Amino acid sequence: MKYAFPFAAVVALVLIALIGVQIPGMQYFFGVVIPYLAMALFLGGFCYRIFYWAKSPVPFKIPTTCGQGFSLPWIKQDKLEAPNNTSQVVARMFLEVFLFRSLWRNTKATVYDGPKLTYESSRWLWLFSILFHYSFLVVIIRHMRLFMEPVPFIVSFMEVGDSLLQIGAPTMYMTDVTLVLGVLFLFGRRLVNPKVRYISLPSDYFPLFLLLGVATTGILMRFYLRTNVDINAIKELAVGLVTFQPTITAEIGAIFYVHLFLVCALLAYFPFSKLMHMGGVFMSPTRNMANNSRMVRHINPWNDPNIKPHSYAGYEDEFREAMIEEGIPVEKGLPPKPEAENQEKAE
Amino acid sequence: MYDSGKIIPGLIIFVLFITIPIWYNHGDAGNAPKPELPKDAKSCVLSAEAMRSGHMQMLNEWRDEVLRDGDRGTITIDGKEYKKSLMLTCMECHTSKKKFCDTCHDYASVKPYCWDCHIAPVE
Repeated sequence: MKYAFPFAAVVALVLIALIGVQIPGMQYFFGVVIPYLAMALFLGGFCYRIFYWAKSPVPFKIPTTCGQGFSLPWIKQDKLEAPNNTSQVVARMFLEVFLFRSLWRNTKATVYDGPKLTYESSRWLWLFSILFHYSFLVVIIRHMRLFMEPVPFIVSFMEVGDSLLQIGAPTMYMTDVTLVLGVLFLFGRRLVNPKVRYISLPSDYFPLFLLLGVATTGILMRFYLRTNVDINAIKELAVGLVTFQPTITAEIGAIFYVHLFLVCALLAYFPFSKLMHMGGVFMSPTRNMANNSRMVRHINPWNDPNIKPHSYAGYEDEFREAMIEEGIPVEKGLPPKPEAENQEKAE
Repeated sequence: MYDSGKIIPGLIIFVLFITIPIWYNHGDAGNAPKPELPKDAKSCVLSAEAMRSGHMQMLNEWRDEVLRDGDRGTITIDGKEYKKSLMLTCMECHTSKKKFCDTCHDYASVKPYCWDCHIAPVE
């Protein structure tokens, strides 16, 4: 069920676009209305989620360290694993965001007969994640040729580089292959690895199926189902969308609308899904805080300013009589009783 | 809201980055390409729609057949014989690379490598 439901949802999305676009006049709905709605949901939802997270207080200083923290001068600090100032945190975040260092550290635990437990480094997840993410980035930059007129140099440069192998016409893109490979690995991992399979939810499978659907329809459109795929009509629509004067000048094949609808579904779903790790990685207190709790006091923003600090001495002052009565040891005894003082004076 | 001094600028940069196509075009969609069609010829090897979406695949097949398999035979469509040749068939009617090929290719940023081997007509 964990796979069937998300898979059925993606198939349903494909069918909605495939059938919907056959209805006369619905091309405008799928080509213009839905993309605007999806982009508004993406940007609005993204900002909403970031503000929602930004409103959450961080009561404690909780960076996850995995190296020697700042200590005495002759003990070497691991500046990336236990950063203690902003520049070290920035360096750590940079490597996390661009090189996925935490996946690089991934290990695999195996139990052998004996019983004997072994750990070994397992970097397949890192490899395919980075393959997928960077391929996706290149694919998105490549698509900018359809949204920008004239096409900027960086976009056409990236496209030439991506189709450098010059296989077939239209030329095959290397990132198409690596993106699909990456998604297939990320999906296969959830099927094959029993531990990951156990913790996987429909919300893990749905984005993977959706990404696979987007990639498949895109590849089909470029190489196989080319009927009525007029790239210039598509570019006119895309440029029209970003200049707020969208027009659909020619009949475009249904595969294009399916591809576009799946991309719109991805954009609209993005802010409300686990894909928000894109923004979340920056908001993660275990990553973006410095390990300096012994140098800089972290004030819990939840603290009520009306509640003043209450030292033990003050506590004992408040409850000394009751404590003595209950036989609880106190640091300072009761002051001599006023009657006793009076008696002394009388004597 | 906490750390608004860092989060709000970051979010603004993100939104500006995502909406680059809007700022880049600044409302000007540019002109759709209008390739110049030959005046004397009436029909191409295939219909205009089929050529528009499939010419690159056809040229690629021709290239493979002629250069890799040595098959220089002609193809017959609607009783007319055509040579499998870019220069001798296509460019026969579509004489100008600049006014025909390049108009659409430049618009969609497509860089076919036909002209790595063929010599483009002097224009």
